[in-house]
Amino acid sequence: MTWILEAFLLLFIIGVAIAALESKCLLTSSIILGAYSFMMCLIYAALGAVDVAFTEAAVGAGAGTVFFLATILRTDRKTSR
Amino acid sequence: MKRLALVMSILLGLLLLKGTADFPQFGDPNSPASAGHPNSSEDSHVSVRYITEAYGETHVPNLVSAILADYRNFDTMFETTVVFTAGTAIFLILRLPLGVLARRRSKAEMPRTLPPLARDPILEMACRVLFPPIQLFGLYVLTHGHYSPGGGFQAGVILGASFILLAIGFDLRGTLSRLPESVYNPFTALGVAFYIGIGLLCLVLGGNFLDYEALRQVVPLSSQEIRSQGILLVECGVTVTVGSVIFAIYTNLVSRGLHREGL
Repeated sequence: MTWILEAFLLLFIIGVAIAALESKCLLTSSIILGAYSFMMCLIYAALGAVDVAFTEAAVGAGAGTVFFLATILRTDRKTSR
Repeated sequence: MKRLALVMSILLGLLLLKGTADFPQFGDPNSPASAGHPNSSEDSHVSVRYITEAYGETHVPNLVSAILADYRNFDTMFETTVVFTAGTAIFLILRLPLGVLARRRSKAEMPRTLPPLARDPILEMACRVLFPPIQLFGLYVLTHGHYSPGGGFQAGVILGASFILLAIGFDLRGTLSRLPESVYNPFTALGVAFYIGIGLLCLVLGGNFLDYEALRQVVPLSSQEIRSQGILLVECGVTVTVGSVIFAIYTNLVSRGLHREGL
């Protein structure tokens, strides 16, 4: 029955990616990207690649989001559009 | 232009979807990745040897750790070098020019002492409580990587993140006075040097590069045990490099290379 979970996660990932693209505030986008990384981590775990999932959770959702936040707060918060 | 880009990305997406339709099913015994399996039609392949022999040769139940740090340790060595290069690149872009500039300016006009920052007791208490368990968990991930998911890379990220927590919860200057740049910057290189040093030590003792069995001449252990301990040794090198690089990248990004004010 894991295919229901995987299908749900994959659909959710597409929605989250579109939300990150469409958001005007870069701070919101980077937090949403953190959620995106966490969804990817759950998909890796569902596929049985637990080590990859662990790395994705630590690097993508953890350190990556902090780096994005640090850069955005030191530059410009809004997109130029 | 924007509409053209949308059409192009939809076309590219459809092309990729068509490409994935040719992939083998998940867990298919006939896929090239599981060639050599008894049910497979393909000839023997290296993956079956890893799955059947790795535990007997290294006594490491987590196959991923055994492959990353023993069979494929040359790959892992250069992955660590890539992380070190990333940290050095950010140092060269942000810290070196601005740091030199700021030092010159601070002599001329900037005040020597910066005003103290506002403090939040709830935030500081939360950081105080969280900091030791995070570091302990990082060390657990490092040392338990043989038996459970984890290993040097993840442990390094967790240890680096614990110092980032201090830098966010307290302030950057206070954290940098406890863990100064002159300490963590050399550690980014020392981890890689330790990893390569283990490899060279094996070479000097008469084995191949990073062939841990050569270390048996110094440490009297069985073949399996020395490979298991060798994995731990190189993972320690990875942890030191990754942890200090993560913290170095954060400090340089958040202060634009000046190391004066954090978030």
